[in-house]
Amino acid sequence: MMCSSFRVFRVGISFVTMCIFYKSAANSLPELSPHEYFSTLQPGKASLAYFCQADSPSTSVFLEGLHEAVRPLQDYGISVAKVNCIKEETSRYCGKDKDLMKAYLFRGNILLREFPTDTLFDENAIVAHVLFALLFNEVKYITTPEDLQSAENALKGKANIVFSYVRAIGTPEHRAVMEAAFVYGTTCQFVLTTEIALLESIGSEEIEYAHLYFFHCKPVLDLTQECRRILMEQPLTTLNIDLFIKTMNAPLLTEVAEDPQHVSTVHFQLGLPLVFIVSQQATYEADKRTAEWVAWRLLGKAGVLLLLRDSLEANIPQHANVVFKRAEKGVPVEFLVLHDVDSIISHVENNVHIEEKQEDGEDDVEGPDIGQAVSMAFLQSYIDVAAKLKGTSTMLLTRINCADWTDVCTKQNVTEFPVVKMYKEGENPVSYAGMLGTEDLLKFIQLNRISYPVNITSIQEAEQYLHGELYKDLLSYSSVSVLGLFSPTMITAKEDFIEAGRALKGYVITGVYSGEDVLILSNKYAVTLPALLLARHKEGRIESIPLANTHAHDIVQLITDASLETFPEITVENLPSYLRLQKPLLMLFSDGSINPQHEKAVLTMVEQKHLDSLTPCWLNLKNTPVGRGILKAYFDTLPPLPLLVVVNLHSGGRVFAFPSDQAITEQNLLSWLKKLEAGLENPITVLPAQDWKPPLPAYDFLSMMDAATLQHPTRKAPECLKDPDVPESVKEHHEDKSAVEREPTETLRIKRWNRSSWFKYAEESLRRDKEL
Amino acid sequence: MWGSPGLLLTLALHPALAVAPARDYCVLGAGPAGLQMAYFLQRAGRDYTVLERAPGPGSFFARYPRHRKLISINKRYTGRSNAEFNLRHDWNSLLSHDPRLLFKHYSAAYFPDAGDMQRYLGDFAGRLGLRVQYNTTVLHVALDKDRRAWNGHYFVLTDHKGRVYRCRVLLVATGLSVPNRVDFPGSEHLEGYESVSVDPEDFVGQNVLILGRGNAAFETAENILGVTNFIHMLSRSRVRLSWATHYVGDLRAINNGLLDTYQLKSLDGLLESDLTDLAILKDREGKFHVTLKFFVEEAGTNQSADAVTLPQDDSDNFAMRVAYDRVIRCLGWNFDFSIFNESLRLSSGSEFSRKYPLIRASYEAKGSRGLFVLGTASHSVDYRKSAGGFIHGFRYTVRAVHRLLEQRHHGVAWPATQHPITQLTSSVLRRVNEASGLYQMFGVLADVILVQENATAFEYLEEFPTQMLAQLESLTGRRARHGLFVVHMEYGRNFSGPEKDVFFYDRSVGHTEDAWQSNFLHPVIYYYRHLPTEQEVRFRPAQWPLPRPTAIHHIVEDFLTDWTAPVGHVLPLRRFLENCLGTDLRSFYAESCFLFALTRQKLPPFCRQGYLRKQGLASTESLRRHGVESGLMQDHAAAGQHLRDRGQQPGDRRPV
Repeated sequence: MMCSSFRVFRVGISFVTMCIFYKSAANSLPELSPHEYFSTLQPGKASLAYFCQADSPSTSVFLEGLHEAVRPLQDYGISVAKVNCIKEETSRYCGKDKDLMKAYLFRGNILLREFPTDTLFDENAIVAHVLFALLFNEVKYITTPEDLQSAENALKGKANIVFSYVRAIGTPEHRAVMEAAFVYGTTCQFVLTTEIALLESIGSEEIEYAHLYFFHCKPVLDLTQECRRILMEQPLTTLNIDLFIKTMNAPLLTEVAEDPQHVSTVHFQLGLPLVFIVSQQATYEADKRTAEWVAWRLLGKAGVLLLLRDSLEANIPQHANVVFKRAEKGVPVEFLVLHDVDSIISHVENNVHIEEKQEDGEDDVEGPDIGQAVSMAFLQSYIDVAAKLKGTSTMLLTRINCADWTDVCTKQNVTEFPVVKMYKEGENPVSYAGMLGTEDLLKFIQLNRISYPVNITSIQEAEQYLHGELYKDLLSYSSVSVLGLFSPTMITAKEDFIEAGRALKGYVITGVYSGEDVLILSNKYAVTLPALLLARHKEGRIESIPLANTHAHDIVQLITDASLETFPEITVENLPSYLRLQKPLLMLFSDGSINPQHEKAVLTMVEQKHLDSLTPCWLNLKNTPVGRGILKAYFDTLPPLPLLVVVNLHSGGRVFAFPSDQAITEQNLLSWLKKLEAGLENPITVLPAQDWKPPLPAYDFLSMMDAATLQHPTRKAPECLKDPDVPESVKEHHEDKSAVEREPTETLRIKRWNRSSWFKYAEESLRRDKEL
Repeated sequence: MWGSPGLLLTLALHPALAVAPARDYCVLGAGPAGLQMAYFLQRAGRDYTVLERAPGPGSFFARYPRHRKLISINKRYTGRSNAEFNLRHDWNSLLSHDPRLLFKHYSAAYFPDAGDMQRYLGDFAGRLGLRVQYNTTVLHVALDKDRRAWNGHYFVLTDHKGRVYRCRVLLVATGLSVPNRVDFPGSEHLEGYESVSVDPEDFVGQNVLILGRGNAAFETAENILGVTNFIHMLSRSRVRLSWATHYVGDLRAINNGLLDTYQLKSLDGLLESDLTDLAILKDREGKFHVTLKFFVEEAGTNQSADAVTLPQDDSDNFAMRVAYDRVIRCLGWNFDFSIFNESLRLSSGSEFSRKYPLIRASYEAKGSRGLFVLGTASHSVDYRKSAGGFIHGFRYTVRAVHRLLEQRHHGVAWPATQHPITQLTSSVLRRVNEASGLYQMFGVLADVILVQENATAFEYLEEFPTQMLAQLESLTGRRARHGLFVVHMEYGRNFSGPEKDVFFYDRSVGHTEDAWQSNFLHPVIYYYRHLPTEQEVRFRPAQWPLPRPTAIHHIVEDFLTDWTAPVGHVLPLRRFLENCLGTDLRSFYAESCFLFALTRQKLPPFCRQGYLRKQGLASTESLRRHGVESGLMQDHAAAGQHLRDRGQQPGDRRPV
């Protein structure tokens, strides 16, 4: 069912990329012949097609809208196509009259509806109409108060109702309601009207706007009772409706026995304040009734909780009976003494400010583009990640254009762009600090599906974990799994490790075990506690590292270093990790996979500690084509591969090449390295050591201003400028004289400086900037 | 004049002083500026109180403007969701964290009613829970020297009930409340703007003379234009149209109906003359005649209209030879100095300082440390230049004052954000495209970028008063040891002025190399290798808003005030920043950084700060393809057998 891909709305994890970017690249609208089109239709999948004559104009208002609707409809699993009716193929959907072409909605190859193009006047109308047709059962369209009443009666005790009034079908509000219905249609009944009278009948005053009500019918068991109606006060946008329904569906009252400072509920995450009614055993029943009453009254405005004072460790002032926690993060809670429900309500209402929520739609990209080419480039990767995760993940990927939503980004402490932050229910947001690319981000997201460090509960589980049986599906994202071993008394050491595990979350799989029987493991792997076990799954090895008085920061470093390989294939992504070691690189260039004999030779030398002062690695030109650029810098002509070099990056930049006429064997290598060490080899090249200076000069406005002031104290003044109304003959005569007066030749020269070659300059500078 | 009663009061109250507990901050006046300051003090958790004469906030707006229409625009739509940007076009809201407290929610009118402003201020004070003590008229302010006090003295305020307030810092936000009067023979016949009738019925068929040529004068004229015989308007100097001067305090188009009827010869008219040379005489029918003071003095004590010479006796085409039924004075307002003891030295007695109290560019009184003037009364700093006398300007200067106070008294440094140098271009672009303080308070407030050692990082400070640049370190608690950029906005140097034709042909500049000649408001970035000294600021070249910099950059004016064009705006800016810092600020894909890392000894900042920290920017297949197709990138995959000669030195090669 197409819903599944959209269910992500309901889960607790979301990723937000905060960046600044250009308008998103328009999704293409496939153009097909009728035959091609019908052959693409898949059973059960919805598809919207616009049939038009091949010779009809290629642009029209409708087509523009259709282009824009491609992306949003695809998000709902609906494909869109433009079908060109050609003479060779006749189709009953190809009308006769050029001006009377229609769009058709199919499910599989069954025609669901046809739309005259004038009803689909823009993107909103297209999305709204198409979803409306598809969600026929989920959204009930009604026209009279009686219809509403009977819908209400039918659902009492069964389901809640989302009732909305929109001014017309196809408006942005209608679209927003339909998008919400797509998500919540299976859990709530949606009821829609365009009749003002109906809205008036339920007592709305401002009928010029769209309205949305949530009818709490599910809790109503007595048919004579009314469903409680809560009006959504924010404008009807997809996000607002989503948040509103989420709060409506949240439990009315929650009981807690925790420090209010640390309590968080869905209300709080949605930016609403929390009201804690402080209760004691003795008055529990009465307090609960009060709290429920308060909760009803504050529905949609705040979350209400019953705080059980008796079982609470935190300190609450003696007289306080209400605790108020503002929606703003980090503001201390307030302890209040309020004597009746009304004063609680009014306190909340006076202290709430409803933040304007941003839309997370991908199409409303607009506003100033701060020229952030980096953001734009990364955005492509981010979209790729979203596409890869589509339908498989419980994560919501959103993006925020900080050029439009400065305040939102500032509140999230985002000052550099682009930034990816992960928000997980009940956890602090985590900023992604890895490579801005599809692979690494995907890895980060996948590894974050579980919490770190994983709490291992038994020896058996520990063994499964170490042998890669516990999180099989994650192994491809982390080269090692780390297990911290502690005896139950090693509290500080364990805490340090847990902190390190959290810091590494998303990069390395970590787990912790501190059962009474931990000695079994430490004996088996011959290590004294506290210790780390490092499972290298690819090599099937488990190493042990003792931890003594190691702080979290050092543990992070230790694990990072330990996850490096001894003879890695160097790639664009992993080079920085190996450069950190500050050693010269011993690098084997290979056109394809590495020769196993060469690999063996190097690994043996590593084992014999001959290569301790170097970082041995190899580069596969097939995987890393930029390697050719490196070879080009080292050699005049491309040497035969494989080829071995030592690159002394950190001291002097000298590059040495292993003689190409020698075989790469242990012995030859060893003697060559000895000669190198003795200074008996000449470098094939020395890497340039220039600083990165400005690539091109800037305009020297200061000199231009000086030149103008020096030659002519008052520059170009409005009163002596060209008068376009002066006859040409007069003008000519006049101009000779006044040109000298009004602008010194010097200024003129500067003004026209290179004007003709300006475009060349711009072009050149762009090319120089070839990266972005 | 006020010296002796003040002294007596102080002496009489001295026993009470010892017990009156001192407050950290006292704010005088609960108008927009007072409330704005109260908001910042409240958010910072400071000890403060606002003292207000009236029973509610913004009492000025209960009566003024007399004709109820505010001329500050209430632009509710900009098509943008950026809240900061939208404040560029919102002239009425105060700054707060609460989006409900935006003025657009209080009025739908583009030129809103003054009553809505009062309602808005009431909500602002109420909803934010600002601590205002109403119905408290402060009658006297004096100093009490005390070496232990923050500023070496306490400000001692006495109210109408004799209650005494001791304050460590005094924030005066009392506006300009005293109508400006000109003294000349016959000036007693004038009716003032503050009390003249606003009912057009009272002016039917009358000849009216209005003294003044500001917005109040034109507002008054506009109201009665249709019912009078004619209106003459007399002022010392020519009318200043705000669209020509780019100063919002000058005559706004909404009020200039009389200019139309004057130039179209509909009997109304404008005249220039020095008011102090005039005299007004009342004749037997109660009509008023304009003559010269000189003639009145000649006639001695007998000042009846018939005995004094009128100008038309000598020159029978004298412009104001008709008799007027009314003469209305609309000459603006002065600060009320009367409650301040002389020892506060708020006035020097010079012409200008009779209107405004004497303050520095930091808004602190020149005469008493710890006394700050806020709001309309602080407009001397940018009078006829920027918007500091108006809500949309002083809301930012109040914030600047608050930041100075936080640093001075609480050790809280001026807020700043730290960024790696690679973010420099985008930080500047972001601010010039959205910052409202820079835009409204052009020429007065500027962002300051403090370059850190070796130019690897920078600190970004927002909206610092430019004239205090020399004192930046002590005022902000930040260090400026490695050079700084100052970002602010300017109109073209010769563009603004009452006599300028601002619609001249070819007025807009489009080419980036002509950016320095831009006329309309545009961003200008000054680079200083060293923090300018006070001397350099004070004796800067004429017409320069700041001392001469090491280098300067103008971002060319833009019709849409949208400075994000990659070639026209961004590239020249980046080149400027690069050349000031002597480094390469380009961005590179991880693949390029990889290549540099293995073929060069040094890396550009972008690779150092991103790629080497494992935060490189990976290219995607589609981008790579695009790059190769457009010739911007080399296709290493295809390069295969076609490696060419090394040719140039590696250092000269273009980055790939």
